[in-house]
Amino acid sequence: MTIETIDREAGRDNLLSVSDLGREGILEILHQADAFAEISHRPMPKVPALRGRTIVTVFFENSTRTRLSFEMAAQRLNADVLTFFSATSSVQKGESLRDTVQTVDALGVDAIIIRHPSSGAALQASRWVRASVINAGDGQHEHPTQALLDAFTIREALSRRSGQVVDDFAGLRVNIVGDVRHSRVARSNVLALAALGAEVTLVAPEALLPISTEGWPIARVTTDLDSTLDSTDVCYLLRIQHERMAEAHLDDLDEYRRHFGLTTERAARLGKDALIMHPGPMNRGVEIDSTVADLPNALILDQARNGVPVRMAVLFRLLGGPRTVGAESGDLVE
Amino acid sequence: MILLSKAEEIIIKGATLVDAAGERRMDVLVRGETIVAVAESVEVPIGARIVDGANGYLLPAFVDLHTHLREPGGERSETVESGSRAAAIGGYRAVVAMPNTSPTIDSVEIVRHLHDLARNTLCEVALSGSITIGRLGEKLTPMADLAEFGICLFTDDGRGVQSDALMREALIVASRLGLTLGQHCENEEHAKGAPMHEGVWSSKLGLAGQPSSAEEVMVERDLELVRELGASMHFLHLSTIGAIDLVRRAKREGLSITAEATPHHLSLSDAEIASYNPVFKVNPPLRTAADVNGVRAGILDGTIDAIATDHAPHSPELKDEPFDCAPPGMIGLETAFAVAYTELVAKAHLRITDDPTLPALSMLDLVRLFTLSPARIARLDRHEHCGEIVVGARADLVVFDPTERWKVEESSTASRSHNTPFAQLDLVGRVRHTLYRGELVVTDADAQR
Repeated sequence: MTIETIDREAGRDNLLSVSDLGREGILEILHQADAFAEISHRPMPKVPALRGRTIVTVFFENSTRTRLSFEMAAQRLNADVLTFFSATSSVQKGESLRDTVQTVDALGVDAIIIRHPSSGAALQASRWVRASVINAGDGQHEHPTQALLDAFTIREALSRRSGQVVDDFAGLRVNIVGDVRHSRVARSNVLALAALGAEVTLVAPEALLPISTEGWPIARVTTDLDSTLDSTDVCYLLRIQHERMAEAHLDDLDEYRRHFGLTTERAARLGKDALIMHPGPMNRGVEIDSTVADLPNALILDQARNGVPVRMAVLFRLLGGPRTVGAESGDLVE
Repeated sequence: MILLSKAEEIIIKGATLVDAAGERRMDVLVRGETIVAVAESVEVPIGARIVDGANGYLLPAFVDLHTHLREPGGERSETVESGSRAAAIGGYRAVVAMPNTSPTIDSVEIVRHLHDLARNTLCEVALSGSITIGRLGEKLTPMADLAEFGICLFTDDGRGVQSDALMREALIVASRLGLTLGQHCENEEHAKGAPMHEGVWSSKLGLAGQPSSAEEVMVERDLELVRELGASMHFLHLSTIGAIDLVRRAKREGLSITAEATPHHLSLSDAEIASYNPVFKVNPPLRTAADVNGVRAGILDGTIDAIATDHAPHSPELKDEPFDCAPPGMIGLETAFAVAYTELVAKAHLRITDDPTLPALSMLDLVRLFTLSPARIARLDRHEHCGEIVVGARADLVVFDPTERWKVEESSTASRSHNTPFAQLDLVGRVRHTLYRGELVVTDADAQR
């Protein structure tokens, strides 16, 4: 009988925050994703890179695109995929997060992809398990693979336009518009886009801006969307929740739309090359008008599509290394 | 284990005594509960137990104004017995138990029950009672009845009394009875139950924050009431520059107020929460590095009267939760004096501090912050020569070794819980021995029963 141990360096085996990666790490993933994107055009869009590995998605919140694209990414790498649904699990019997992830880990999985409503949950989980942990969204903290696929999508659009690969976002003006304070997508995107050189502006009602942006790698913060439209290369809209209106001192979502929605009129004032993005799920007619979401320069479906190769690249980065197999050891195993 | 008979003699040789009278090198002989000789050289009586105090300090044992013993109701986290043992190891001769047990310490029955439990503990367990029934902030407790059972400090700790009118009424009653109210300053409308301090780190970490104003508006309100009524008041665990400044000015004005600060608020900032380790979750929350310096400044200039632990045990299964779900609180009895000595005395002497303009605290002042000053606030100073190391004083003593370098091990705490935030800290100085009423209850940092 052999004892298998996975040889992993500290800090390389998890993806908890974009800041784990740095510019080099981000670019390595994007380049790897290029190769995996190419695979998806093949008649048989699978590679055996992670054959024999098992990943599990452990989601304590609802999700469509993130969970599906992680699972599809794993399947395209020939990994085995398990899905944990908190609604039908022992969590309903009061099992703690720690016991849940340790139980999943004890099955012998190689990676746990976790989404949880508490900020920091993925980092905490990584201390409790031996499998790699990938943060698929922790509370209002981070959603690193979303930022990576967004960077990949921007890079794809810029490269297509210029006819050459654009790895440097220097001079690219990105507006992130909406409930930045409570958004994990915004936190990860600020880190990723700034690492690639973009100039990021946060646009939100005062009460939905972070209390402090000290140390955030951003160019500016504004509450006036209209003043930014003619100087924006990428207009990235965040999902707004009805529950936030009172906190933002706005009457309702209509008032939000009047001030912060990318309406047809506002979209017309964007430069003709400006890109429009949204992580989904969209509230059509609130943060983005339905016709705007369907414009040719709106990349929302590209974002969804690119989730697969980017997550393939992340899984491959974490799990694709050599697996060291322990010596035959009759001493240790009966 | 041999139980030392109280009639036996104990001699502490070669230590440097520090009490209100200053520092001097003396031998101290203890017989029964009492100090019977203090001199430069005391001959060792035959059969006396010798405690080597050379290179160490001999201090009056400490008083903690703020201890959560969790009994009744939270025995898996702590009990009267385990908590008082942790206190003895930390050098305490008395702790004031907070009333936020289940049920609340708001009735004579529960006080009787706890007095029974605390009959043979390794240090005195004094009780505080709640200001309002069940700490619900609605109706005052029978403070006069509780005072007859020796309770002199009242607080709803864990919560502040939110209603202005009820707080005013409580101060009127307490003034008339000569009792002290302790306020946990937290305006719940401002704090919104947020798990950490609001600022740079909460924004970065995506956690809800409670602003400094949550503490400060309540301090301000209470000062206004104290001013109006001429009442007395004790402020628990102050943590913000603003709150400390309000108290500083009010003291200058002559108001009858006292204040405490915790070892964690004088040593740790909200930057610790980047680890999302719930061990750093506490209420009031760890504040900014500037607030940490503000707490230290308040200690140095006397705005803060006492260092109190807010020892708040939580069993591992309660703390091993996501940060926003875990209960607030950290243990502190076993490390309090070492943390304060490390941060306020040793590091300042070595100039390894964030704010090099802050001078070192004198050993004399540090001792006062742990002994006489909290004893007066809790009225645990009623025995003769309290806080003095003189002939005739009760032998409540601590031998502190200022040279020992150590790290607290989470797994080996005497407390039933292990939620110490100081595990990473290199501590300078350690309580080696504790005498309580002449009994050597702790030797070499180990409880003797």
